[in-house]
Amino acid sequence: MSTTEKERMPLVAALEVLRSLRDQQIVLTTMGAAREWPKLSQHALDLHYIPSAMGGAPPLGLGLALAKPKCEVIVINGDGAMLMNLGSLVTIVASGAMNLTVVVLDNGVYEVTGGQKTAAAAAHAPVDLAAMAAAAGIPSVRRYQDLETWRREAPQVVAMPGPRFIVLSVDPVAEYQLKSPGPMAQRLDAFRAALAGI
Amino acid sequence: MEYPGEQVAAMLVELGVTHVVWLPDSAIGQWEQAFENASQFSLVRVCREGEAWATAAGLHLGGMRPMVVIQNTGLFESGDAMRNVVFDLGLPLQAIVGYRSALVPNSSDSARHFTEPILKAWGLDYVTIRSPEELPRVVEHFRKCRTAAKPGVALVAEGSM
Repeated sequence: MSTTEKERMPLVAALEVLRSLRDQQIVLTTMGAAREWPKLSQHALDLHYIPSAMGGAPPLGLGLALAKPKCEVIVINGDGAMLMNLGSLVTIVASGAMNLTVVVLDNGVYEVTGGQKTAAAAAHAPVDLAAMAAAAGIPSVRRYQDLETWRREAPQVVAMPGPRFIVLSVDPVAEYQLKSPGPMAQRLDAFRAALAGI
Repeated sequence: MEYPGEQVAAMLVELGVTHVVWLPDSAIGQWEQAFENASQFSLVRVCREGEAWATAAGLHLGGMRPMVVIQNTGLFESGDAMRNVVFDLGLPLQAIVGYRSALVPNSSDSARHFTEPILKAWGLDYVTIRSPEELPRVVEHFRKCRTAAKPGVALVAEGSM
């Protein structure tokens, strides 16, 4: 469903659930997640995809998953970014990669440009990203609107057969500031070094 | 003009390519069987060309050696994705690009008209080949780009769409 008329969970609390389950997975963040995740996690296998090409995180994560088939890859995406690249859901399935999880933080707006509604949020009929993922052939798909259910079920969800697609309905953040986590070249060097060890 | 798929696949093997990330057109699409038969690299099919660059970026970061294979129209479509991974992330990715209408005399195809100016504007080092006999130049070009740790493109001239 679109996020316009439903319960939502606090963004940071939703991410904290994921962080509490994080082990040695590669975590690729973009958009709002790239702003909040670094406050929760400082891990060598974190890659904050900033600056990004909007919509590019799922295929970037797919490339990492194909390159590192023994390692789980988690992509934390925004709903607006996901809408820009829905075909990537089909690409993920067609690739055969099973070690990939795409988490969509669905707040119905483009936070980065000031909170304008996405087309999905403005649509007259509900838009269901989870149903789209299931229709694309992703075997493990879940959608959560309340924090307690997400917290309770998350351990089982991240262990389901991959690829996985999880939609978390979250509150938009009013004051959006996305600061660069530092020079990309240095961050990529560190990330590559961490990848070389797995 | 037909570029034999087996010859192209052998060229990719020679270059050590591990993954071909592609969205074919009618000319380079003739390579599909040869690519599927090649055991030395995997074929990754994408739905839109922008995905190809990002997927190749992830592969490259993970230590693989991907080759993007798309048409020039797809190159235009994927400009922002290419810009991001090649220039923001600084990844020296490589692509073989079908050059639609390049072999058609006096073609008015805008895809032909804009291809080389756009590559020049983006500062991408490219080589253009116009016959199968010139395929070895592609290997030479990509090796040169790899040595210089810079991105590279090989334009493969085609007839009309």
